[in-house]
Amino acid sequence: MDFGFTEEQTMLGESLARTLERGPDSAALFDLGTGAALMTEEAGGFGGTGADILMVFRTLGRAGAVMPLLDSVVLGAGILAAAGEADLAEAAASGEARVAVALDEPGQRYDGTVATRAEGDRLTGEKSVVPGAEDATHLIVRATDGLWLVEAGAEGLAMRGYALMDGGRAAEVTLKDTAARRIGDVSLLEQPLAAAILAVCADALGVMEKAVELTTDYLKTRKQFGRPIGSFQAVQHRMADLLTEVEQARSAVWNLAGNLDAPDRDRHVAATKSLVGRVALYVAEETIQLHGGIGMTEEYELAPLARRLLAADARFGDSDHHLERFIAVSAA
Amino acid sequence: MDMSFSPEDQAFRAEVRQFLKDRLPARLSEKVRLHQELTKDEIEEWHAVLNEKGWLAGNWPVEFGGAGWTAIQRHIFEEESALAHAPRILPFGIAMLGPVLQKFGSKEQQDHYLPRILNGQDWWCQGYSEPGAGSDLASLKTTAVRDGDHYIVNGQKTWTTLGQHANWIFCLVRTDSTVKAQEGISFLLIDMTTPGITVRPIVLLEGTPEVNEVFFDDVRVPVENLVGKENKGWTYAKYLLTHERTNIAGVGFATAGLAALKRIARAQVANGRPLIENPLFAARLAEVEIDLMAMSTTNLRMLAQAAAGQVPGAESSMLKLKGTQIRQAINDLTRRAVGPWALAFPSEALEGANDDAPPGPAEAAGATRAYLNNRKLSIYGGSNEIQRGIIAKSLLGL
Repeated sequence: MDFGFTEEQTMLGESLARTLERGPDSAALFDLGTGAALMTEEAGGFGGTGADILMVFRTLGRAGAVMPLLDSVVLGAGILAAAGEADLAEAAASGEARVAVALDEPGQRYDGTVATRAEGDRLTGEKSVVPGAEDATHLIVRATDGLWLVEAGAEGLAMRGYALMDGGRAAEVTLKDTAARRIGDVSLLEQPLAAAILAVCADALGVMEKAVELTTDYLKTRKQFGRPIGSFQAVQHRMADLLTEVEQARSAVWNLAGNLDAPDRDRHVAATKSLVGRVALYVAEETIQLHGGIGMTEEYELAPLARRLLAADARFGDSDHHLERFIAVSAA
Repeated sequence: MDMSFSPEDQAFRAEVRQFLKDRLPARLSEKVRLHQELTKDEIEEWHAVLNEKGWLAGNWPVEFGGAGWTAIQRHIFEEESALAHAPRILPFGIAMLGPVLQKFGSKEQQDHYLPRILNGQDWWCQGYSEPGAGSDLASLKTTAVRDGDHYIVNGQKTWTTLGQHANWIFCLVRTDSTVKAQEGISFLLIDMTTPGITVRPIVLLEGTPEVNEVFFDDVRVPVENLVGKENKGWTYAKYLLTHERTNIAGVGFATAGLAALKRIARAQVANGRPLIENPLFAARLAEVEIDLMAMSTTNLRMLAQAAAGQVPGAESSMLKLKGTQIRQAINDLTRRAVGPWALAFPSEALEGANDDAPPGPAEAAGATRAYLNNRKLSIYGGSNEIQRGIIAKSLLGL
């Protein structure tokens, strides 16, 4: 039994962290080979295991970096590789191409029901909350009969972009008789989506670790009634509960990373996403409360962490959605 | 990263499972499954079976007659034993006193007491808590005053689990009251048949006399029964507590409890469907199961760290906290699952005070009893509030 990382994984994590310290430079990240580290050998990469994904995304979460690695590489390139679109997959993994994946539709929440349909090789429909859509060179669209590839700038493709909680951007996307090419069945989504959920959870773990460190420092330095507020038992016990829950989240992330290719992968996906979503919200709420007023301000560095944790829960199904999935998968 | 057990550990698990299948009497496992009280003879019977196999003291080195298992092997044994509803190995001699004697006891003490723990000649109990010394254990007041080659012991111990069956008690006693509380405590072994000792049972809220008060009135204890040095008892007590904390997560108990809960929830009917399909109940159940999956991995991560030579610190406090929360949540759901039969007070039926079986499904009485009895989980072994204090102080440096 081994809960650790290989030397290569550790080195990648370290150089990634150093690069991110100099600022959020996605070209520098791709130059390091981060994209290839997230792809399996069959998909043209040199990693792609649960441990690789955990290492990369926990590091991104700790650094608070907004990068196209989740949507364009883990999910986008992952789907393309599974669909046999090797060239475009490799372009996405190296950062040359940007892929956005349009899964959900208005009013359908997370259940995967879609109305977007193809007529011949033309797609018509509406997709909601498509991260990275504005910058994408290609869109992968879930339609009633499978997954389709749409090129940026195609006729009939319209977007209304907006900011996301995690600092990135998304768009509401409309397709009207838009030229597209079918690349495969919806089932091609399964493995890349499981990997993407691991990525979101590992990112959230990094954010939680950071939030805990920030809060601990604050409790040691902020004084009221002539004492550091961390010396008060009411505060200490809340912090101890918080740490205990973060430890649960850490183990849940490890469980999914270690079982990404296991026969009961889907049970682990649901368990981990449900637990991490629940703990992420708890950590966001508690660290704000433990900071007091300063935790409410945009100026203080907790604000983006708390928002990123909210985003982690809402992405790819929230904790209730995955609790239901866990029940369904366990009963099957 | 490889989350699977090594082939050696998997083979060990298979061996343990086969042993339990061959040697665990159904008579005993059925009582454990239904949370019925085991008699002294029944507990000793299981100890003897394990001792014959050389598996009674998995945590002891081979040189002292133990199995010398790794932390992972011990975890596997505990998990399989819980899943098979084997009686729990009494911790007092094996998990608590044994390691203290091996580390701090004299050669004579080791040669005399350790084999007697294994072969069942002695049944030990723990004399730590006092009416005025619970979480603040170091404030204990039971005194031992030197008189020639004896100590004269006076005072009172409490919460002495299964002390009614014990013939020996290891005690923390005050041998110096002029110094800081922790520096005047000694570790003394006392024969329960010595004149001046009175044991009074305490009936717990589920109706069983699981614990006792033990009174000491001018009890004469030979000085050779002192473990280690006089006034160094607190060091030994802390060492003992770290051993008490192995298996503190109770993963095996929780896993077995969850399996039992699912069996009940499949058999019970709510609105014409099995209770396990009721959305509200299923959600509560799933949340606990997901928590247990994560906690069980935390436990294995800590065991792997221990195997790599790292000393577990405050992480074991997190395991205590989360482990007891999960077990109590399972007890609560099991009690809910039996529906209106949770109204019945199970005490009479479980003690065999009348010949009638308890009302409702066979598990009902045990479910309510376990719920009540396991309120203790978050109180003993350092209450959960004490654990939170340890986490805050050592992990946060607050």
